[in-house]
Amino acid sequence: MKVLAAMSGGVDSAVAAARAVDAGHDVTGIHLALSRNPQSYRTGARGCCSLEDAGDARRVADVLGIPFYVWDMSERFHADVVADFVAEYDAGRTPNPCVRCNERIKFAAVLDRALALGFNAVTTGHYARLVAGRDGVVELHRAVDNDKDQSYVLGVLTQDQLRHAVFPLGDSRKGDVRAEAARRRLAVADKPDSHDICFIADGDTGGFLRQRLGHRPGRVVDQRGTVLVEHDGTVAYTIGQRRGLRLGVPAPDGQPRYVLDIEPVSRTVTVGPREALQVRRLEAVHPRWCDTVPSGPLACTAQLRAHGEPVPATATVLGERIILDLHEPAAGIAPGQAAVLYDGTRVVGSGTIASTAR
Amino acid sequence: MTSPLTDAATAVAYFDHAATTPMVPESTATMAEHLQRLGNPSSLHASGRAARRTVEESRESIAQQLGARPADVVFTSGGTEADNIAVKGLYWARRAADPRRRRVLAPATEHHAVLDPLAWLAGSEDADVELVGVDATGRLRVDELRERLERDPQSVALVTCMWANNEVGTIAPIDAVVRLAHMAGIPVHSDAVQALGHVPVDFTRCGLDAMTVTAHKVGGPVGVGALLLRRELDVVPLLHGGGQERDIRSGTMNAPAVAAFAVAVELAVARQAAQAVRLEALRTDLIARVRGIVPDVVVNGDPVPGPEHRLPGIAHLTFPGCEGDSLLMLLDAHGIECSTGSACTAGVPQASHVLLAMGQDEDSARASLRLSLGHTSLAADVDFLIDALPAVYERSRAAGLTGAALR
Repeated sequence: MKVLAAMSGGVDSAVAAARAVDAGHDVTGIHLALSRNPQSYRTGARGCCSLEDAGDARRVADVLGIPFYVWDMSERFHADVVADFVAEYDAGRTPNPCVRCNERIKFAAVLDRALALGFNAVTTGHYARLVAGRDGVVELHRAVDNDKDQSYVLGVLTQDQLRHAVFPLGDSRKGDVRAEAARRRLAVADKPDSHDICFIADGDTGGFLRQRLGHRPGRVVDQRGTVLVEHDGTVAYTIGQRRGLRLGVPAPDGQPRYVLDIEPVSRTVTVGPREALQVRRLEAVHPRWCDTVPSGPLACTAQLRAHGEPVPATATVLGERIILDLHEPAAGIAPGQAAVLYDGTRVVGSGTIASTAR
Repeated sequence: MTSPLTDAATAVAYFDHAATTPMVPESTATMAEHLQRLGNPSSLHASGRAARRTVEESRESIAQQLGARPADVVFTSGGTEADNIAVKGLYWARRAADPRRRRVLAPATEHHAVLDPLAWLAGSEDADVELVGVDATGRLRVDELRERLERDPQSVALVTCMWANNEVGTIAPIDAVVRLAHMAGIPVHSDAVQALGHVPVDFTRCGLDAMTVTAHKVGGPVGVGALLLRRELDVVPLLHGGGQERDIRSGTMNAPAVAAFAVAVELAVARQAAQAVRLEALRTDLIARVRGIVPDVVVNGDPVPGPEHRLPGIAHLTFPGCEGDSLLMLLDAHGIECSTGSACTAGVPQASHVLLAMGQDEDSARASLRLSLGHTSLAADVDFLIDALPAVYERSRAAGLTGAALR
């Protein structure tokens, strides 16, 4: 089939494209230009939007002998991912921009354009497996390499999107992928992994947000409402955060304190002991299902942040909301993150965490 | 040698001659021959003198073909370097002679090889760059230029105005520009990279003070060009070194490339009139047949043919509801090579500053393709394009309509 390979310039998407070529597909490589001002990412950028990355992707395409183009998705990316990221933080939530990018850009704008232009599928270097299920359903499963598993950030994909996706790396381990890239003489074989948010080149998320949201002071209080310290913006805080709180005085019991709550209107950050972070119940909105909507209460495991440990839970679907009862308490659950529901290794669906209860 | 034209084995139809055009065999042969010869043209021994003779004979030939004196010809690495020497070098020299001269006037549709040096002069050298408007066909507004010149002629360092636009092919009113500027004693540079070989170009007769040409647009090799610069004009060089090329462009003279350049220019000028007739006919046929498939196609640039109006070989077309990017990609998959015409940043096509200056909006600017014909173009190339176009157009339009556009 005609496959569009999204090539970030990194080693994973390079090997994914190579495997798609080996599988006999008619592959065309594209690099997504996501920055509105790529020049500014020239120095030290580690991510998916620098000119250097575009050049690396182009060299891989040359070696694979496939056509290569750059698609300018910067306006959509800015509107759907970057602006959303800033707005979510402004609302006191902790967004996951990779989830948003997969949902709105890679498997929406890019996939739609690819299909319209006559391609049958989009392939990426995500570590996740697609498995043929009953009645021709395409199931999304965790990758074999648990450390690299990216099914969490793909949990927003619907059946229609999954049908047009190809993930050639789901059965591989990262080390093997690097070795394969070297064997294929792809220059990106020893390129470092990108860990940070691709559009924040220097990794300073707080600085990035402060630059866009300005100086917005507020107070850090304890659970009784006692003001502990002033802060210059809630964006520096995430639920469950312990480090960098700069509270000055220790807690009366000497125990470490964590961010329990962020109230965006009054910009009040509440801190307290670890026990108070424990969540037993949460509500998620914006549900997305890989196949059909579960009819009754669903026994599942829930992953509540990227690289988080799955928690046994029961999910109850109430229209556009999911109530998730956790069978054991989980700590540091931040509204804005995705709650991805699994049946074993299979992704059932996901929602965006809206509120939590103890 | 394999034919660069429509070829059964690779099935490539090349419509990007304005980007670069195949070398003519005579030029390739000349270059290959001279690459095997020893000698630095600046050396004093027999080998050096022989290489120098090659360079000087080439200079004389190019000067003769372009209506210049041999001493006017300064060889460079290509069009971008020649534009940079002209724009920066003239600005620096003119300003050094009179510090009031800080203004530079240029049409808004210039190539980036002129626009970017101008932007640099504005940002780093205290220049006041004034981009003069163009009409809907892309032609410089002479009245506006006159007004700007008359405002304070003493403060103008230079006027630069491309002879033919590289995207839409519109020819500038060079005579009028030269006349107006010279009335105020201001030198004029023109980037004639796209004009040479397609319309008659005579450096002395048009009265220009500086003119840029490059080899690879006329069937010569890439990496060599020339700035024709009236001998009496002072410019500050970009490169300092051995003092070659009137001390304007230091660096070992590239005898093989210069010799190949001269051969290409000679042939391009000799063939220009006949080729213009031939390309004009091909272009007319191409546009008529595209219109048969896409009735609402818009032809950009000057509709009137002739060397005062537009280049004979450029068909710059807007396909409403499509994206130039997707048309280019789909045509490429069919072995049909063209351009969206606009400058690229990291391979990302930007909405063309030329079309925006002509008053088009971003969406129509992004819906455009430049099909540029050249010396190897044949009717079979047009047939090949027309065969592929219906499916490509439908698909691209579908992509545009489903909201799957890039923007």
